[in-house]
Amino acid sequence: MTAKLRILLPQLLVLAIVVGLGAYLIHNTLDNLARQGVATGFAYLDREAAFEIGEKLIPYTSADSYGRALLVGLANTLEVGVLGCILATILGLIVGVARMSRNWLIRHIAALYIQAIRNVPLLLQLFVWWDLFRVSAPPPRQAWQIMPGFFLSNRGLTIPLPSFEGGFHWDIPHLAGFNFAGGHIVTPEFAALLIGLVIYTAAFIAEIVRAGIEGVSKGQTEAALALGLKPRQALFLIVLPQARRIILPPLITDYQALIKNSSLAVAIGFPELMAITNTTLNNTGQAIEAISLMMIIYLGLSLITSALLNWYNARLALKGMAR
Amino acid sequence: MTGTDPMISLSNVEKRYGAFQVLKGVSLEVARGEKVVVCGPSGSGKSTMIRCINRLERHEAGRITVDGIELTDDPKQIEAIRRDVGMVFQQFNLFPHLTVLQNLTLAPVKVRGMKERDARDLAMQLLETVRIPEQADKYPGQLSGGQQQRVAIARALAMKPKAMLFDEPTSALDPEMIKEVLDAMVALAGQGMTMIVVTHEMGFARQVADKIVFMDQGQIVEEATPTDFFSKPKSERAQLFLSNILGH
Amino acid sequence: MKAIAWARANLFNGVWNTILTLVAGYLIARGAWMAIDWGLIHAAWSAPDGRACRAITNDEGACWAFIEQWYRFILFGRFPPGEQWRALIVVILFIGMVVVSCDRRLWRSAWPITAIWVVGLIVSFILMHGGVLGLPVVTTDLWNGLPLTLFLSVIALAGAFPLAILLALGRRSDYPIIRALSVGYIELVRGVPIISILFMASVMLPLFLPAGVNIDNLIRALVGLMLFYAAALAEVIRGGLQAIPTGQYEAADVLGLSFGQKTRLVVLPQALSITIPPLVNTFIAAFKDTTLVTIVGLFDLLTTASNSITDPQWRGFYVEAYVFVAAIYFVFCFSMSRYSRSLERSTER
Repeated sequence: MTAKLRILLPQLLVLAIVVGLGAYLIHNTLDNLARQGVATGFAYLDREAAFEIGEKLIPYTSADSYGRALLVGLANTLEVGVLGCILATILGLIVGVARMSRNWLIRHIAALYIQAIRNVPLLLQLFVWWDLFRVSAPPPRQAWQIMPGFFLSNRGLTIPLPSFEGGFHWDIPHLAGFNFAGGHIVTPEFAALLIGLVIYTAAFIAEIVRAGIEGVSKGQTEAALALGLKPRQALFLIVLPQARRIILPPLITDYQALIKNSSLAVAIGFPELMAITNTTLNNTGQAIEAISLMMIIYLGLSLITSALLNWYNARLALKGMAR
Repeated sequence: MTGTDPMISLSNVEKRYGAFQVLKGVSLEVARGEKVVVCGPSGSGKSTMIRCINRLERHEAGRITVDGIELTDDPKQIEAIRRDVGMVFQQFNLFPHLTVLQNLTLAPVKVRGMKERDARDLAMQLLETVRIPEQADKYPGQLSGGQQQRVAIARALAMKPKAMLFDEPTSALDPEMIKEVLDAMVALAGQGMTMIVVTHEMGFARQVADKIVFMDQGQIVEEATPTDFFSKPKSERAQLFLSNILGH
Repeated sequence: MKAIAWARANLFNGVWNTILTLVAGYLIARGAWMAIDWGLIHAAWSAPDGRACRAITNDEGACWAFIEQWYRFILFGRFPPGEQWRALIVVILFIGMVVVSCDRRLWRSAWPITAIWVVGLIVSFILMHGGVLGLPVVTTDLWNGLPLTLFLSVIALAGAFPLAILLALGRRSDYPIIRALSVGYIELVRGVPIISILFMASVMLPLFLPAGVNIDNLIRALVGLMLFYAAALAEVIRGGLQAIPTGQYEAADVLGLSFGQKTRLVVLPQALSITIPPLVNTFIAAFKDTTLVTIVGLFDLLTTASNSITDPQWRGFYVEAYVFVAAIYFVFCFSMSRYSRSLERSTER
């Protein structure tokens, strides 16, 4: 009995302190909110948002609700997150392999890239990309045409879109007045965010890839070369497949970091989850509800990311590829 | 308590890891000043048994008493027993971030409340007896395995224990270093320390042990004097074991 | 001769590698030339305003005159110009303390470093704040630029450290309730963006406190960063705890050390010394993350830079401003990462 108590007592004490502190904070909060006349609860989600959102993947007008605005933000976060993870993986793989190249120049260019990018804050990099598009790119009338239909100007980058209205054809952007019409326009904010995230995250993925390649025993490469495979074949057929199981766990962390870092968009005005939350809490004063909701969504995204990749890892394990 | 009470006594001690029963009712009495050598094939429960004596493992049934104190879940009892029972491990387990001297003085100062100076004097004296006083200010990583194990013995002795447990103290050593450690243990035995030693060093057992305990499959199969055990082992399993380790 | 042999082995072994070398070499040379042309040859080093500067460079070179005009604002923000020597001393003091702390001879005991930092922080605080020794008071909203960045990262990390140790120990505790609380905190904080924690600190912290208690913006950001860093550091320290062999715990147990003694004297010293290289990496990440305070309205080094380029006289010299600030961050982060690498190598030996 006394021994049990001795185990239970310190735990209950800590729990009591935590609960007590929590209760104190909640009491203060309710008190403060009552004083300020702020109603608590999630009813605000059904109210009219009354603000415009520049970029949206799902239909939305300012007459829609805050809840819908949040959904627009979530969709934008997912868009940046998914595109970002894919592109960062590709770039990271290239840089990571280049970092291990037998070519001295290539190896050192990769190292330079990794060092330069990793040692400068991401937000600073985003600011630079953003200003590059906003300030340095020409106005639409003097836009640079990269390829037919691809115009780069300070309004963003235009992209032709396939259209199925009245038979299949390409909807090609063209200059109309002071701006472009038709096709899709990638805003400077979206482009800066995506490019910034991809370049930053790729520098971290490159190091993971390198560690993965180094983690595969040298004997494997030697065995592959002894069988007559070319170095590149040895890399892609023997080493990288085995490196996958070393690379995967830290890769999950970097994917989660990319998604979380996409919240920096709030500083350059791309309307994703964090930016919409910020606008919402400024307009409604529902700080606690808005912030908690946002945190729960981000937590959910983190969990989904790791669940997806763990599922992939388990599939590899089934084939005996991973431990 | 009189002098005839056993120093350490185990009765019907049981221990299991999941479905696997490691100790199946082990009973053993060790008198004051007695030296007991425990041997047996690997996985027979030797280490688990002595690790139960100072609660590195929790026994699930049976009684263990040390110097009249019964070992229960009560942390006070556990602390009391640990203060009185020293232990030497196979892997030395010296603290790598402390010097040899600090390894020896840490527990006397922090647990026994000894004065720093007295602890240092005692430590130096113990290092003399294990014959490595010149290594006092080095770190464990700078010593050979044999030297580390001798430091570990001195560290346990610095707590002035009433009994010492040795868990395969020479198994992790290179052959040329085994003797220096065994010499230190023989010297210790000569001072009348109560000792339980798990070891395969049969020469040491012959020379020092008052009693040999042979364990197999979680049970004590045979308890005998060294002479009896080596000349005419009773059980078949002990015969097989002896022929395996002495036979080559 | 040796050089030629080296080039053959490392640059021109095989057709594919030769092509790669030539293409990459051309691109690098061109990029380097463009950078030199822009940054040095066509650069303007002095000009009264942006328009005059553009006239000199003809928009083909860097306008370093911008930095000449604005470096004090970028480094110290709105700190009163006549008092900026105080902020400069604080910056030098901080760098000095970091350099001194890197000396491993000081690590034998926790005291020397703790003493250096406590004294250093008190002196820095007095210098920044003033109000004594005839120094005019400078309120915290004027603590801008580099001193703020250093203050935020150092104090938030120092404050987070004890909490991180408790969380790491809690996560490995035998007590289920304590373990659950630690895991819950660490995973929650690590699962959300740092900005959300900063928002919480800046918007929700005032709500948490009793009515009438007002807290400084700087403190809010510090609390937010501290809560975030604690979770990150806790995971690093947990890695160190896991690396300690069970034999160490057992040896401490059989010597009769209590839980507190075992933790303080045996476990933590070893766990922390193993984790120093990854800890330094976490410090680097934390240092970079302080830039996010710009979003909750603090004037750190990045904010002063992005504000400097909005001046009507000097609009649009963002490349110059950001290159200047990026260079400062790079020097700090790169030297810390080099240091961490050298530690890693010396422990591998």
